[in-house]
Amino acid sequence: MDLQTLWFAAVALLWTGFLLLEGFDFGVAALLPVLGRRPAERHLMLRTIGPLWDGNEVWLITAVGAVFAAFPGWYATWLPALYLPFVLVLFGLIVRAVAFEWRHSHSTEAWDTTWTRVITAGSLIAAAGIGAALGATTLGLPIDADGNRVGGAFSGLGWSALLGAVAVLAFSVVHGAVFLSLKTDGPLRVAARRFALRWAPVAALPLLAWAGLVHLRSGTPVTGVLWLVAALAVLVAWARLRVGREGQAFTAWGAVLVAAAATVFGAAYPVVVPSTIDPAFDVTIADASVSDYTLTVMTWAAGIGLPVVLGYQAWTYWVFRRRLTAEPQHGEPAGTHA
Amino acid sequence: MDVLDVARWQFGITTVYHFLMVPLTIGLGVLVAVMHTMWVRSGKPEWLRMTRFWGRIYLINFVLGVATGLVQEFQFGLAWSEYSRFVGDVFGSLLALEALLAFFLESTFLGLWIFGWGRIPKRLHLAALWAAVVGSIVSAYFIIAANSWMQHPVGVEVDDATGRPVQVDFLAVLTNNTALAAFSHAIVAALVVAGGLLVGIGLWHLRRRELAGQPTTDVDHAVWRRSVRLGGWVSLVAFVLVALTGDWQGKLMYEQQPLKMSSAEALCETEAPAPFSVFAWSKLGSNECDDVHSITIPGLVSFLAHGDFSSAVPGVNQLQEEYAAVYGETYPDDPSRFGALAGEEIDYTPLLAVSYWSFRLMIGMGGVSAGVAAYALWATRRGRVPTSRIGVYGSLLAVAAPFVANATGWVFTEMGRQPFVVHPNPDVPVGEQTWFFTAQAVSPGVTAAEVWTSLSLLTLVYGALAVIELWLITRFVRRGVTTGDHAPDHPAPTPGTPTEGTPGSREDDDVLQFAY
Repeated sequence: MDLQTLWFAAVALLWTGFLLLEGFDFGVAALLPVLGRRPAERHLMLRTIGPLWDGNEVWLITAVGAVFAAFPGWYATWLPALYLPFVLVLFGLIVRAVAFEWRHSHSTEAWDTTWTRVITAGSLIAAAGIGAALGATTLGLPIDADGNRVGGAFSGLGWSALLGAVAVLAFSVVHGAVFLSLKTDGPLRVAARRFALRWAPVAALPLLAWAGLVHLRSGTPVTGVLWLVAALAVLVAWARLRVGREGQAFTAWGAVLVAAAATVFGAAYPVVVPSTIDPAFDVTIADASVSDYTLTVMTWAAGIGLPVVLGYQAWTYWVFRRRLTAEPQHGEPAGTHA
Repeated sequence: MDVLDVARWQFGITTVYHFLMVPLTIGLGVLVAVMHTMWVRSGKPEWLRMTRFWGRIYLINFVLGVATGLVQEFQFGLAWSEYSRFVGDVFGSLLALEALLAFFLESTFLGLWIFGWGRIPKRLHLAALWAAVVGSIVSAYFIIAANSWMQHPVGVEVDDATGRPVQVDFLAVLTNNTALAAFSHAIVAALVVAGGLLVGIGLWHLRRRELAGQPTTDVDHAVWRRSVRLGGWVSLVAFVLVALTGDWQGKLMYEQQPLKMSSAEALCETEAPAPFSVFAWSKLGSNECDDVHSITIPGLVSFLAHGDFSSAVPGVNQLQEEYAAVYGETYPDDPSRFGALAGEEIDYTPLLAVSYWSFRLMIGMGGVSAGVAAYALWATRRGRVPTSRIGVYGSLLAVAAPFVANATGWVFTEMGRQPFVVHPNPDVPVGEQTWFFTAQAVSPGVTAAEVWTSLSLLTLVYGALAVIELWLITRFVRRGVTTGDHAPDHPAPTPGTPTEGTPGSREDDDVLQFAY
């Protein structure tokens, strides 16, 4: 495998990792008004993602950074073509981050409610914006021979952006519900599982439709099989939820995303930004890539750095593996580590 | 204003704003880690309370830094796509490495530190904080290496086909002398920021307690006293290092970007020895060097540039001619690449008033911080508690000084490089140099309306966030250490004890109070 292909795979991995991890953060936030009717429930829901969301968000920064580092032609085509959706993503992520921090900084109920709503709104905006950007990118943008968008600010935003937005949102909401059923105990666990069980089949449809469309455009037999795996994983996730095996359901629902993303990236390869004006203007990994020297440097750095990162991130998940409940845990107070 | 101007304002506003958070994150991170270490080693309660109090401010600030830092990663592509294409072979990898090697470390271990009180072993918990702090410092290194490559491009050759720089020596990019100087300057400047905060807030609390007749023997008194002493010494020592690293950086800049430095002095003609300007005034709105009049100290700029009091330092007028001879009198007449500036004359002199005053504000505000630190150490010597209203409130006000110094330092660095976004490296022969004008860096497909939209949205949001952030920090600072922050090693309330209205356990609430 040449370095450009390797880095295409690395970028695909980073985006998938981001959607997989930040997906449940978005989902939990989106479910706050649905499953968190009482302050104690909302508090509990936020505690499940509290130690994790910031580290998960770095997957996005690294994914965008890797696109810039390995394929500046992709970075420089994609971002300005979808200028406004990306600005909305930034807006959503900014207000979400400060809301996490500020929610607890002032102890009135109205204050708490306001920032909890901001967490939900910011997460919804960010998830939809990222979905729109990915959907529009994999299904085509109106770019000319120089990789510049033509047709004005909204020319890149059509049905493909809408499909991507709905796909990421719907996946994330159910992902968040499954995550809550895995990470909490008590009434919330039951309610989250019931929610996931009801909505999982429907929520998978836009994601499968998106992956299917990219496959039909430019897929291979392999991406066809991957798509079937994604569809099958939906059934497995649903069946495991029914019998209350949350851990297995979480894995299966994650596999839906991984297989669907693999379908999308696999089918798109080697094109990174297809042009809706003329296929000759498609940006490919060869057009967009940096020099082999820079890719080699990056490969060494990532080859050493990424396993370390994965190691310590996995370890934090292990540290915070315990199920959370709304009831006080006096047997194990926070101060027993002396 | 066309796209270029709006995009430049956007970059300036978002970056300066972001950099209000960054030095405090770096500096306070180090100091909180020191406090936490002292607690783990000595077990003294004041160190724990200091860790919790200053740690809380560190976190409030950290999150806003993370949130505003996101914009940076995206806006090179959003508004500066031609720049991104041009520098892609070098610049993008530094950003990616920053994310991979620094941001993950920072965010993951900070999450572990915040939620790890009582959950993981004490020393491991401390190590988590140090890991996060190291992450911040590593991230500063990568982003400054990226910026320094724009100031002084090294390790590249120009590709004949595309005209773009191609990386040939990654190690040279990482060990760019510009980066080493700028990094050390920025890190010690961050410590001045954190030290100033400890001094200002600590003195205010000491005085308030003294006037209220509170004892000087309890833990809280020790908290504020130690904060002032620690902050004062850090600030003072860091200021000396700021001056030394700044001198190093300045001498490099006289070689690498002489126009930036001569503009900072409004030094019009080449002079030997060259004087330092203390105060200057000019015809309003003129960027002509000859319209500027100065009060000067003879020979000082020769010393700043070359380390002696007699060497010649080139003047703005001469440099402008030299640059025009090498890099062109006018921009190429190509509106698709140079927009409204196509075919226009190139002004190689950065805005004189900005260069001149940002340079002086940077130095002056740094000096104010050092003065306040010295005052605080003197006023609290041998257990004294200062009650001087002017001294204490002056120190509180002076918390802002190192922030201003950091911001104006970057304004000077960035605007002093204009009209280039990638400044040519004079160490290599002209034929092998790479450079890029700011005028050609902007995204060609993006409309002014789009950039106006994002500029207004971000400015409004940033403004609102600043108001809330300052209000929250002020409230938290006023409350002090005793209320709203109790030590995690206090005995847990016995089951069934009514706690303050919330159904959750008090310990958990405290962890969260600290966390969020």
